[in-house]
Amino acid sequence: MLHVDMDAFFASVEVRRRPELAGTPVVVGGAGNRGVVTSATYEARAYGVHAAMPTARALRLCPTATVLPGDMALYAEVSRSVMALFRSVTPLVEPLSLDEAFLDVSGAGRRLGDAAQVGEYLRARVYDEQGITCSVGVAGTKFVAKLASTRAKPDGLLVVRPAEVIDFLHPLPVGALWGVGAKTEELLLRLGLRTIGDLAHVPVRTLQRAVGPAAGAHLHELSWGRDPRRVVPDEPERSTGHEETFATDVDDPAVVHRELLRLAERTAGRLRAGGWLARTVSIKVRFADFTTITRSRTLDVPTDVGQDLYETARALFDALGLDRARLRLVGVRAERLVPAGSAPRQLQLGEREHGRRDAELAADRAARRFGAGAVRPATLLHRDRDRRVRDRPGG
Amino acid sequence: MEFRVTREVLADAVAWTARSLPPRPSVPVLAGILLEVDGSQLSVSGFDYEVSARAEVDVQAAESGRVLVPGRLLAEITRALPPHPVDIRAEGPRLSITCGNARFSLPTLPVEDYPSLPAMPSSAGVVDSDVFAEAVGQVAVAAGRDDTLPMLTGVRLEIEDDRVTLAATDRYRLAVREFAWRPETPGISAAVLVPARTLADAARTLTSGPEITVSLSSGGSGEGILGLSGKDRQTTTRLLDAEFVKYRAIMPSESSASATLPVVQFTDAAKRVALVAERGTPLRCEFTPGQVTLRAGGSDDEGQAEERCDVEFDGDPLTIGFNPTFLLDGLAAVHTGRARMDFTSPLKPAVLSGVEEPAADDADGGRPAERPGSYRYLIMPVRLPG
Repeated sequence: MLHVDMDAFFASVEVRRRPELAGTPVVVGGAGNRGVVTSATYEARAYGVHAAMPTARALRLCPTATVLPGDMALYAEVSRSVMALFRSVTPLVEPLSLDEAFLDVSGAGRRLGDAAQVGEYLRARVYDEQGITCSVGVAGTKFVAKLASTRAKPDGLLVVRPAEVIDFLHPLPVGALWGVGAKTEELLLRLGLRTIGDLAHVPVRTLQRAVGPAAGAHLHELSWGRDPRRVVPDEPERSTGHEETFATDVDDPAVVHRELLRLAERTAGRLRAGGWLARTVSIKVRFADFTTITRSRTLDVPTDVGQDLYETARALFDALGLDRARLRLVGVRAERLVPAGSAPRQLQLGEREHGRRDAELAADRAARRFGAGAVRPATLLHRDRDRRVRDRPGG
Repeated sequence: MEFRVTREVLADAVAWTARSLPPRPSVPVLAGILLEVDGSQLSVSGFDYEVSARAEVDVQAAESGRVLVPGRLLAEITRALPPHPVDIRAEGPRLSITCGNARFSLPTLPVEDYPSLPAMPSSAGVVDSDVFAEAVGQVAVAAGRDDTLPMLTGVRLEIEDDRVTLAATDRYRLAVREFAWRPETPGISAAVLVPARTLADAARTLTSGPEITVSLSSGGSGEGILGLSGKDRQTTTRLLDAEFVKYRAIMPSESSASATLPVVQFTDAAKRVALVAERGTPLRCEFTPGQVTLRAGGSDDEGQAEERCDVEFDGDPLTIGFNPTFLLDGLAAVHTGRARMDFTSPLKPAVLSGVEEPAADDADGGRPAERPGSYRYLIMPVRLPG
């Protein structure tokens, strides 16, 4: 079992695109006073920057960091190439997100050597082909392989052989166990269970009384390195989308519409990069008081065209009948995805041979050559200026 | 207000009016049905600011008056009454309904808050009610149901002197039908967009008399009203204020292949095969001389189906995909024994139309002549993968 995890994935892809940033702190994340970090290079992490931290705080910790907005379509494309490379080694690839996957390489052994050799081979190929590094954990179970890759980071490989599992596992904090979140961790610490080893030596019944029968049994098994889960290959991506937290709460429907257009365009770019069509479009609206609602509509015809996503998203938003309610966040998602290549497409009467879709495909190509946003809807052209104005401190 | 009325007549009039009541009224009084007695006539009305409906009924009246009562409740009660004459009387703030041994007392709604129904515009012309009902039914099927695209939820009604053309499209199919009528003013020319659901409903239920009078308000844009009056029933609807697509430009002027198919057999085959077509997947039609093979499904985790049907086919063999619902809607609307489909290419619209049949003698099964009229139903195909 291999767990492969790209090192600082989004940030590494950005550094590859802009080599002059190599060796410097780079942060990918939302700008503005509410943006959060989605990825940071190890140089930035040295200052204490980590993902999910507000960008503003990251900049206070590391004022020299370069903050980049992120280019999901590009990351999705790199991810697709990497996953394709994995699949050339074994069909049993289970992507967990854009930047990590489990691989069952028990069948690849004869051709490429043992699992560790396969791991080194993949690390070399990823670096050759994509110019980014990744870390690999090798173990008999998914759970231990994932912990091993975390330990191997950055740019490393760690093999945990069956005989070494207990020694590897037991010194780790209980929070490292799969299924232990903040709440369970707090509970376990209160019981004096600090490490996985502590937990392993508590009778199952005691553990079950503390955290419930199912979770107790599950944690006990994991603490002894037993994880029967197998690699489930090719879980198809079920949805994709983008959301934006406004720099300040917004009540102007024109601003919301423009944001929905931008999010729809980005979501469509990601669909096209991944070769998907969306059957359902959903929007998410979070009000100033954090109440959040979602609405969705299934399309007559699956699409990967930003304009189609936008029209549906806008109709869903308008149907809420919000009377200038103050909004904190809006999001657009494409759901119930179907592969574009194999999907029949209902044509429209009077459809031009080269329609909006072709325009957006051309924009994708321009973006690959000249950078994200090289070509975009005219409605979005003034956005950067708006944003600078809105982001001005005290503005 | 006090009157006696036949149970059937009352129940019909109330049921017809109640259909146009809004399910979720914006103001409580709009959930009401207005009963007005004047002389020996009772009118039963409903209105939701978009659509108004008014049915007239002869009654034996003892006293004139107006009362507003909860509409759905009144409809349910009148439908359930025993077969006896019905006596209705306003008693202070309540309405009493007595029929045989049954007696109801309903609260009334404030009639002074009820909006006045729009005046029926002046008559534009008259059409046979059967022709109108058929034409509207044939065309409205192609209208869109998505309220976020209002221009696609309407039926375009074009009047040019003594011809009326109806057209509707949801972007994927387009239905067009022309028929003759008798205009009030010779040379009249007008074009409006009527909400399809309301029009279809009105046309279908106004067939008790031989004719329907079509009325149009001549107001500016956005204020337009269409009125339809049949025997003892009249309805008005606000027009849609939207542009309709330039549909004549979409109509193919020529075809490269055509099939003539038996409607019932082909429909049955298509329905069977479509059972395995999951939502969004097409029905594949492979036309070759003498027959068409219908297929659906295909991938390993879906069902598969295939059926052949004899057709006349003229042209090079052609494989074309359709949304099964769109195809079946069109087949159900041609109203002839045989239908013709014209094709240009697998990516261009196919045109479905009726086939004219001469009357057959009794020896041949005794069939009246079929004149399909001008009905055309365009279907945009589904591009098949691969």
